[in-house]
Amino acid sequence: MSKEIIKIENLKREFTMGNETVHALKGISYSIKEGEFVTIMGSSGSGKSTMLNILGCLDQPTSGTYEIDGVRVKDLNRNQLATIRNEKIGFIFQSYNLLARTSAIENVELPLLYNSKVSSEERRERAIKALEMVGLGERLHHTPSQLSGGQQQRVAIARSLVNNPVMILADEATGNLDTRTSYEIMSLFQELNKKGITITFVTHEPDIATFSSRTIVLKDGDIIQDYQNHNILSAADELAKLPKQDH
Amino acid sequence: MRVLNLFKIATKAIVLNKTRTLLTMLGIIIGVASVIAMLAIGEGSKESIRTTISSMGSNMITIRPGADDRGPARGSGGNVQTLVLEDFNKIKEQASLLSNITPVVNGSGQVINGANNWPSTIYGVNPEYLDIKAVGLQSGSMFTDIDVKSASKVALIGQTVVDNVFPDGQEPVGQMIRFNNIPFKVIGVLEEKGENTFGQDQDDVVVAPYTTVQKRILAIDYLNQIMASAISEDDASEAVTQVTDILRSQHKLMNVDEDDFTVRSMEELISTFSSTSEMLTILLVAVASISLLIGGIGIMNIMYVSVKERTKEIGLRMAVGGKGSDILMQFLIEAILISVTGGVLGVILGLGATVFIENFLNWPTSVAMYSIVISFAVCAVTGIFFGWYPARKASALDPITALRYE
Ligand SMILES: Nc1ncnc2c1ncn2[C@@H]1O[C@H](COP(=O)(O)OP(=O)(O)OP(=O)(O)O)[C@@H](O)[C@H]1O
Ligand SMILES: [Mg+2]
Repeated sequence: MSKEIIKIENLKREFTMGNETVHALKGISYSIKEGEFVTIMGSSGSGKSTMLNILGCLDQPTSGTYEIDGVRVKDLNRNQLATIRNEKIGFIFQSYNLLARTSAIENVELPLLYNSKVSSEERRERAIKALEMVGLGERLHHTPSQLSGGQQQRVAIARSLVNNPVMILADEATGNLDTRTSYEIMSLFQELNKKGITITFVTHEPDIATFSSRTIVLKDGDIIQDYQNHNILSAADELAKLPKQDH
Repeated sequence: MRVLNLFKIATKAIVLNKTRTLLTMLGIIIGVASVIAMLAIGEGSKESIRTTISSMGSNMITIRPGADDRGPARGSGGNVQTLVLEDFNKIKEQASLLSNITPVVNGSGQVINGANNWPSTIYGVNPEYLDIKAVGLQSGSMFTDIDVKSASKVALIGQTVVDNVFPDGQEPVGQMIRFNNIPFKVIGVLEEKGENTFGQDQDDVVVAPYTTVQKRILAIDYLNQIMASAISEDDASEAVTQVTDILRSQHKLMNVDEDDFTVRSMEELISTFSSTSEMLTILLVAVASISLLIGGIGIMNIMYVSVKERTKEIGLRMAVGGKGSDILMQFLIEAILISVTGGVLGVILGLGATVFIENFLNWPTSVAMYSIVISFAVCAVTGIFFGWYPARKASALDPITALRYE
């Protein structure tokens, strides 16, 4: 039995705005085992991004505990959290968050710049490889403003892969992609997952969920469904079934 | 390795934000340059006052007969006959702090050359007079000790006298003039000195051997004055004491007796002027500080706003694993690069402006090292601090809060 890489218990996140309090997460508990491919679904405003930000150590819960790989996040200091984000987690933002006026390759290199174990040659190589994996080998030196929305999203995906993370947290990583490209990305994720990388994938699209091993559904800050998927589809197969591109 | 990476990140960010970088630098450049130029003008005028004073003979000492002007004998100094050649000889012999010394007798009269005549003053002196007054010659030469001994009728004249008694542009040297009907051969023309600080025309003079003036013009055997110069400006007050002691013993004055002569150095005058120019400098320093303050606030604003603006970027850098210290180091390097480059450019511009002011506006300038150091330091420190401070605040946020910053 593989170990639990993520374990949250009674996790709450409240936002106070003036004298109004938004309960974005109302005390949720679950755990994710190493090597799982989980999709998180739910309607807009149900708390998916809020939860993912906490899992990515980008935000702190109001109450409850979060253990990553057996360590309570609360007990870690800011530098330790930065190191975890840098070396263990690949995070894909819903809004990409690319550096403006900075080429695709430099955007992808960014996490490695903060890892002094990686030399500048290796950094460049890994960035090129990551961009090739998402099909942007031809767009290395384009800046975000010279890329389409979907291409920007793929740069963000490449950036999350470049540090060889043990866990990928993706917030609507295929939200801006056509079916073919999103299936390509899903097959990439499935491949990475086969290599043992744990993936947590927020999505709106039910067909994307069929590629994962488990689905958690949120509603108004609560988990309303959490089920194992016994019939995992292969994204590569589905891709092959798609009608050939019409010209 | 880590610092090298951060250095790369910082230089990239500077290049990426050209406009912001230029604006920040502009603030620093103008701040530094204006302070340097302003203080250069201040120091320049201070220095020019100082040169004016020393051109008047800053180490000059005058000895007049009669008690201090403040005493009851005021105004009668010219008639007192207590200063004689013996006094001059004794001082010349004994005063070790004097470099030059001359007896002075003077009287007014008419300078005549043919049909041209002009009222002027004749000074009877010895050859050392020129060095004491720090005045040179335009043409001709000074008379010699032999001329003094033989009471030769030779004279040097100032430019005002030349203009008035040689109106047709004749060369005065070698010509004969008359002073109160006594003929003098003109052997030299004094360098033009213009008006002195009190508005006196220093070129309206005739200079001749004191023996000649004593015997032929004034028919006196006493001296109106003795002029001397101290070895250096610093020795002037010491020299005054020395001369006083010599004269007191020469005049056989008792301890209770007051001086029957007055010894003065230019020191008093100098101190008046230095306090005036001190005031001027203080004023300019005040103005410069205000412009430095305004410049500093400008730098502060631009730095503060531009770092705030980049809160999102800071958030992203932290999200992908940048530590707080990495972020701070990046912004510190950026701020240092911008501030130091701006500061250096400001110094160059300030020096350039100074050269321009000196050559095209003909204002005296003098660049003070301290103005460069202070303005550079203030601008650089402000730039660095306000590049660092907002970055520190932003890097203390949770990454997601920084990312959400609008
Ligand atoms: N920083 C914040 N301040 C105040 N309220 C917030 C903040 N972030 C999120 N919320 C609130 O928390 C709730 C959950 O937001 P969240 O972004 O997690 O939704 P989501 O499930 O990701 O929605 P979507 O599918 O539209 O991305 C929303 O009601 C939102 O208004
Ligand atoms: Mg969301």
